Amino acid sequence: MSVIIILILASLGVGLLFLGAFIWSVRSGQYEDTVTPAMRILADEPAETFSETKSKDKST
Amino acid sequence: MLEQQTTSTTSLRSAEGACFHCGERCPDDRFVVEGKPFCCFGCQTVYWLLRENGLEQFYELNSMPGTRIRGASPAVKWVFLDDPAVQEKLFDYADKTQARVTLHLPAIHCVACVWLLENLFKLHPGIGHSQVNFTRHEATIAFAPQKIKFSELAALLASIGYEPELTLGEIDKAAPSPLQKKAWLQMGLAAFAFGNIMLMSLPVYFGLDAASGPWFKGFAGWIGILMALPVVTFSAGDFWTAAWLGLRQHMLTLEVPIVIGLTAIYITSMVDVFSHRGPGYSDSLCGLIFFLLCGRWFQKRTYARLTFDRDYKGFFPLSVVRKDSAGEASVAISQLNIGDRLILRNGELLPADARLIEGEAWIDYSFVTGESDPVSCQAGDHLYAGGRQVGGAIEVSTIKPVAQSYLAELWNNEAFSKKRDENADSLSNRYSRRFTKLVIGIALAAAAFWLFKDDTKALKVFTSVLIVACPCALALTAPLTHGAAQRILSRVGIFLKGPLVIERMAGVDTIVLDKTGTLTCADARGVEFAQTSGDLTDGEKNWIGSLARFSTHPNSVRIAKSLAFTASPVREFKEIPGFGIEGEVDDRRILIGSRSWLANRGAGMDLEAVATTSSAVAIDGKFRGTFVFENSLRPEVAQLISQLGNRFQLALLSGDNEHEAARFKTLFGGSTELRFNQSPADKLNFIRELQERGHKVMMVGDGLNDAGALRQSDVGVAVVEKIGIFSPASDIILDAAELPRLAKVLEFSRSAVKVVRAGFVISALYNIVGISIAAAGMLAPVVCAILMPLSSATVVTFTCGMTAWLGAGISRSCKADRAPSRETQSIHPAMPALEGA
Repeated sequence: MSVIIILILASLGVGLLFLGAFIWSVRSGQYEDTVTPAMRILADEPAETFSETKSKDKST
Repeated sequence: MLEQQTTSTTSLRSAEGACFHCGERCPDDRFVVEGKPFCCFGCQTVYWLLRENGLEQFYELNSMPGTRIRGASPAVKWVFLDDPAVQEKLFDYADKTQARVTLHLPAIHCVACVWLLENLFKLHPGIGHSQVNFTRHEATIAFAPQKIKFSELAALLASIGYEPELTLGEIDKAAPSPLQKKAWLQMGLAAFAFGNIMLMSLPVYFGLDAASGPWFKGFAGWIGILMALPVVTFSAGDFWTAAWLGLRQHMLTLEVPIVIGLTAIYITSMVDVFSHRGPGYSDSLCGLIFFLLCGRWFQKRTYARLTFDRDYKGFFPLSVVRKDSAGEASVAISQLNIGDRLILRNGELLPADARLIEGEAWIDYSFVTGESDPVSCQAGDHLYAGGRQVGGAIEVSTIKPVAQSYLAELWNNEAFSKKRDENADSLSNRYSRRFTKLVIGIALAAAAFWLFKDDTKALKVFTSVLIVACPCALALTAPLTHGAAQRILSRVGIFLKGPLVIERMAGVDTIVLDKTGTLTCADARGVEFAQTSGDLTDGEKNWIGSLARFSTHPNSVRIAKSLAFTASPVREFKEIPGFGIEGEVDDRRILIGSRSWLANRGAGMDLEAVATTSSAVAIDGKFRGTFVFENSLRPEVAQLISQLGNRFQLALLSGDNEHEAARFKTLFGGSTELRFNQSPADKLNFIRELQERGHKVMMVGDGLNDAGALRQSDVGVAVVEKIGIFSPASDIILDAAELPRLAKVLEFSRSAVKVVRAGFVISALYNIVGISIAAAGMLAPVVCAILMPLSSATVVTFTCGMTAWLGAGISRSCKADRAPSRETQSIHPAMPALEGA
């Protein structure tokens, strides 16, 4: 049954790995701005010639 | 959100005469390109620039997304930016071939801005990658200094409407808020420990450890208390400091029971593990902390959004009179630009720093400094935002952008908060004081009982009670609900000073309404001049109009609107609240005011008192005639009064005479108290009397001559309509157009408080179950592990769900009630310009 110790340690290790990744992501500023990326995705298409029809399509 | 924007887009596009770029009203049709109108050459130029570079999508993402270009600032202005010493201060990074700089661009306000600024490279080959942080209004831009000089970059940004705001003095250089990072880390750590310890404890709870022997319990326990240690110290760190601060001020704040619980759980867990009795309660402990942090995060996010709305989205429905080539017009303060000419009348607030151009300025800075003696200023003097003009109208030119955040700060200034200690009085603090005492009482009683029965169990029972008594609901329900409610209301045009206003609003049982300017509205129709000595000559009209224009009182506003006059300078303007105004125009002494006031000043009447609202006029001490107003009620007022009358005791106060008593008697019904001829002091006293009789009073007024009453009342509502009077003593600022919604808002506040109470009941149920088990000495870690997360999760889900549901309800009913125009204003500042069109 002592194999469970190994399993527990392994699972803890994985958990700590993710905790480390989380701490890194916070430190590197990925949680700094959670608003702009959501807005950016709305406009993420190549600029095309402006046409009235297109904007109508979008509004429906 | 996007959907709302696009629907507003179509309605705005069809509007005549709004600039395609910035949405301001076009003075003429000089600038029309491809059928699209522009208000000025600047806006037209930006359109061409973007079009030529294939950036028209800017106009698709949001309608009229630009900011007005006011005569592009000369390129010379930015030359100083090429000084290496300056650059060193501003640049994030620089080498020979490229540089990166983070600029604060206050004009960033929508999706289109983000898109345009991130496509900046299309405008100039020297510009590289750029990235926008919307919440901070910043753009980080990489560029090649040998292709585009920094000064040229700044000039380019300014030319498309994003003038960088540079603070060279003390640059708080991109200090990413360490507090926020800390909050994320605290939450992440608590979540990690909660999940992992729970995983470790499950075998014990399910009895699966029988196979592996007793050592497993000990092992799980050790890991548990090890992992819980950073959670208790780091993640829950803020609770410790808050509790300590509270105790030092001899206050039993909400954090105190939390901290007591945490300590009890952690110590008991350690004792259990060291003495091989069980795995301890580390999982429950981490779960508790995690849920508390989640609640706090929700709360912070709500407040952050609220602040954002306040600062950038036309939070205050205040207006000022702007003077331009087309004449004078009332505009929302969020529409102001640097360099605008404003006319400030008596009692109006400076929304931005400005320079005095003309007029006798007496600025009262009591909102800012607390010093109430007005300061005299000369033409050319710098006037500071937040000052209030006392006396005649002055003309100023703004030199800084309007800082709504500054007004919000003013509003929340302690000097204007109600006298009593709101915080200690709030629902959750009242409950938490009782809760803490009750829990400690029960713990002691249970321990005493067990001392006699089985003294080995006494200590365990004492700690178990402290452990299981979960203050989670107390800590979470109220802030979550209030914050959400405040935000929901701000979306429908009703602005609360703080979250606790909701609670006070729900407790209101009496509503006192002011008549003039609140129930009735000021329009030019229905104003007549009654006289015995001939109609007003053009000269007289000029004198009267010039004087009346200086005052913001509804009657003066109506007089000025009804007369066709050319303004002449006014000297020695004085406004006596509740009586009238006087001043000297073209060496004539003009008095406009109540009959009794004029009589006291020696202008005898030869005209019968009339049976409506009136303002008498005297020229050079001689009675000239009376302006007679036919009062028109605001739309839907009758409906509002019948709605309110069902639930509340109503009262009407008016500075006017009784002539309209009969009309309002029928409107309000027989039993309502109607008081006429009330001075500002009478109004205040009336409110105080009601309060002394034990009533909770809401005062609804326009803040002109009832500022004292607004402050004295439990909830003061300032109804504003296109004027710059700002009453910091009010708790709620209500756009006049939203007045008919008052009954619904009150209803909503009561529902919100019911949600809070329901949250308390839920937590009470959990606590009764938990404490009974604990007091019986049967609290096992597994019970704790189920009960505590369950109670927190239920409470959070319940409050969030209920407020969202209530919010949807009120938004829907408010939207159904009115034309869609107000909705668009909060999203896009283009609407006021259209109202004028």
